[in-house]
Amino acid sequence: MALLEVNNLSTWFHTRNGVVKAVDDVSFSVAEGETLAIVGESGSGKSVCCYSLLGLIPMPPGKIESGTALFNGRDLLALSERELRGIRGNEIATIFQDPMTSLNPYLTIGEQLIEPLIYHRDMSRKKARIRAIELLDAVGIPRAEHRFDSYAFQFSGGMRQRVMIAMALIAEPRLLIADEPTTALDVTIQAQTLKLISELQTQRNLAVIFISHDLAVVANIADRVAVMKDGKIVETNTTTAIYSKPQHPYTQTLLKAIPDGGKVQQADIADTPLLEICRLKTWFNISGKKNTRSGKKDTRKKSDGSAKGSSANDHTVKAVDDVTLTIRRHEILGIVGESGSGKSTLGRSILQLVKPTGGSVKYGGDELTTLSRRQMKPYRRRMQMIFQDPYASLNPRMSVFDALAEPLLYHGLATRKTVLAEVLALMDDVGLAADSIRKYPHEFSGGQRQRIAIGRAIATKPEFIIADEPVSALDVTIQAQILELILQLVDKHNLTMLFISHDLSVVRYICDRVAVMHQGKLIESGATETLWHHPQQSYTQSLLAAVPSLQASHN
Amino acid sequence: MGRFILQRLLQAIPVLLVVITATFFLVRAAPGGPFSAEKAVPPEVLKALEERYQLNQPVLNQYFSYLGDLAHGDLGPSFRFPGRSVNEMIFAGLPTTAELGLYALLISMLLGTTAGVVAALKPNTAQDYIPMSTAMIGICLPSFLLGPLLMLVFGIWLEWVPVSGWGNIPGDKILPALTLASGYTAYVARLSRGGMLEVMSQDYIRTARAKGLPEWVVVIKHGLRGGLIPVVAFAGPAFAGLLSGSFVVETIFQIPGLGRFYVQAAFNRDYTMIMGTTVFFAALIILFNLLSDILAVWLNPKLRQQYSSHSG
Repeated sequence: MALLEVNNLSTWFHTRNGVVKAVDDVSFSVAEGETLAIVGESGSGKSVCCYSLLGLIPMPPGKIESGTALFNGRDLLALSERELRGIRGNEIATIFQDPMTSLNPYLTIGEQLIEPLIYHRDMSRKKARIRAIELLDAVGIPRAEHRFDSYAFQFSGGMRQRVMIAMALIAEPRLLIADEPTTALDVTIQAQTLKLISELQTQRNLAVIFISHDLAVVANIADRVAVMKDGKIVETNTTTAIYSKPQHPYTQTLLKAIPDGGKVQQADIADTPLLEICRLKTWFNISGKKNTRSGKKDTRKKSDGSAKGSSANDHTVKAVDDVTLTIRRHEILGIVGESGSGKSTLGRSILQLVKPTGGSVKYGGDELTTLSRRQMKPYRRRMQMIFQDPYASLNPRMSVFDALAEPLLYHGLATRKTVLAEVLALMDDVGLAADSIRKYPHEFSGGQRQRIAIGRAIATKPEFIIADEPVSALDVTIQAQILELILQLVDKHNLTMLFISHDLSVVRYICDRVAVMHQGKLIESGATETLWHHPQQSYTQSLLAAVPSLQASHN
Repeated sequence: MGRFILQRLLQAIPVLLVVITATFFLVRAAPGGPFSAEKAVPPEVLKALEERYQLNQPVLNQYFSYLGDLAHGDLGPSFRFPGRSVNEMIFAGLPTTAELGLYALLISMLLGTTAGVVAALKPNTAQDYIPMSTAMIGICLPSFLLGPLLMLVFGIWLEWVPVSGWGNIPGDKILPALTLASGYTAYVARLSRGGMLEVMSQDYIRTARAKGLPEWVVVIKHGLRGGLIPVVAFAGPAFAGLLSGSFVVETIFQIPGLGRFYVQAAFNRDYTMIMGTTVFFAALIILFNLLSDILAVWLNPKLRQQYSSHSG
């Protein structure tokens, strides 16, 4: 018998703009010891579906319109708030996506850990503390006893998620709902976390509902998969069946959209270097001030007076440390690495958006690091950037026309008369409908916004573009479209690109060459496929081993 | 932390200097002087007075000798109350004003946060609208209107409390404290509502609920700490404001506090008294701002660690 059986669940949101059927007549079940994955893109209703069961959706505007959810024989949807509270965190526990924001920054993790025991089990604080330390130890927090009184910010991302897992398991629940538990984590940490969850699951015979947008992650962990789209479950089947014989067209689309394998068409790469980066260093000291070139640093120290000479070195973070790299014309060079490895800082240092501490950046033979702001201007036109988050990087008060016209007019590439035609041509280039020219960013979906951002980047007819995680904020089907667009544009405009990403599958799909960064240093680089099959450094090997892939699940 | 405090105290010196300089020259630029009265003073008397208080010297000399005295903590003699020093007068009025300010602060914090938190728990319902529109009225209603109004209703019609005085009849401190607190209460209510609304939409509140904690634990233990940080940051400047801004209330309720001296000094062109109270209030404002910043840092574990690790 299933531990949880959900039948005909509908959760609607009654907003001012009408009814949104977030969850629409959904049925599924999960048995003890089983992992059910609910897969879908953002907005498909997968999270709302699970939060409805626990009474965690805001009501109003949310309302559970119909359905039953039998958990261990009791209908969760018919319980009073009080009865439901007795189940939450006790029999059904939850892990959330981002452990940084999901842990209370004002309370020690110990205090947060023992709460379920105190409120559900009436345990004394002392006993709860012992139990919590045991569990922290079990999820792999080193020196658990010492860390009990630490705050969330004192842990790394992976460790924080371990704390979340410990917190979820502390009252020994029978069902664990994991809502994108690894999405905010680096690939190696993701692999560790997934392993931990499945180990704990086997030990405790837990039922797990694993919510994810990432089919590759799900392939490795789930017994059964339910695919959700627009509030409905379109297909449920065993994991093997879903991946080998997807029935529903949407499932097929999802699977096809996963970047898998190497780059299909090889670009025509000239042997002439466009960018030569030599021994580039960008160091920060911990207070956020940057160590600039030696001369300036000295004068500032004197005028500051309070800065201690000796302590400056102790707080230095070497974000980019002695990186030497050549980017050839018309190639796409991928920079991979985990968060904090310095890949974004490298990109910004190349564009002189942060002044490097040392080393040289030569662009077509011209040294950039010694140029003043004014002298940089002609290079700015030739070097552009695409950012990760198209929500944050577009000015919400500028329409598409304003955003695209600005660089054209600023760099004198269009006049007031010709600018409209130029903007329309750009919009056509990046696949935006001409009639949306007066719309503002909030009126677009994430993928369309990234198209605007790309349009803005190519507006000045640059030769070189740095794309910093351009698809990480996007759903997998949208991601596939944007990657196609990027490949198309690179080819059409003869672009050279530095493609920064933590997602190795994406990098493999799009890049000609790859460089691996780790703790500010560039540890390995080479042609994509060569690097994939014959990684030399152990770090690269572990990075590649951690990538979840569809093939792995079939072995 | 020690270094942070020291830094802030050092920063206060130029600020104070600007305040002193501006006030010093502004009061002297204003028409009239401490000894210009309706009845003409004989020239020789005036001359003697000016000589006694060094007003016959060049303004710059006066300025530097004032700074010199100030460095020793001497605010000078009062021009209009012969034989009394400004220091004496400030310390005579301060306890009353401080007591009044403290009551008002307590009232505004307790009442304001309660109203704000209650409103934030059910936004856009009657539970939100009623306290918040009351708060709006509180902000709009000046104390010179609210004070007499309260006197009329509670003192004269209902005869519950005395209408004036300070510490003579039991209950005479209630109305002035309430009047002074009203605007601040309203402001605190709005701040805490905003803070709580933001915090209650955070992911960690959802985590707390997902753990099955009772709602009051979620609100008080998980919500309040972060939600009230804006209020804490406001408390310092608010207390300084209560002290320096109490003169209207003190005048209405005839309370012998510092505020009344301040206003009188301005009318009398009592240069040293104006200067003294201004400098004193400026120092208080800086001090209480610092205290509130320290408290805000202490309440945030992340900042607390940053500052304690930097003070090595």
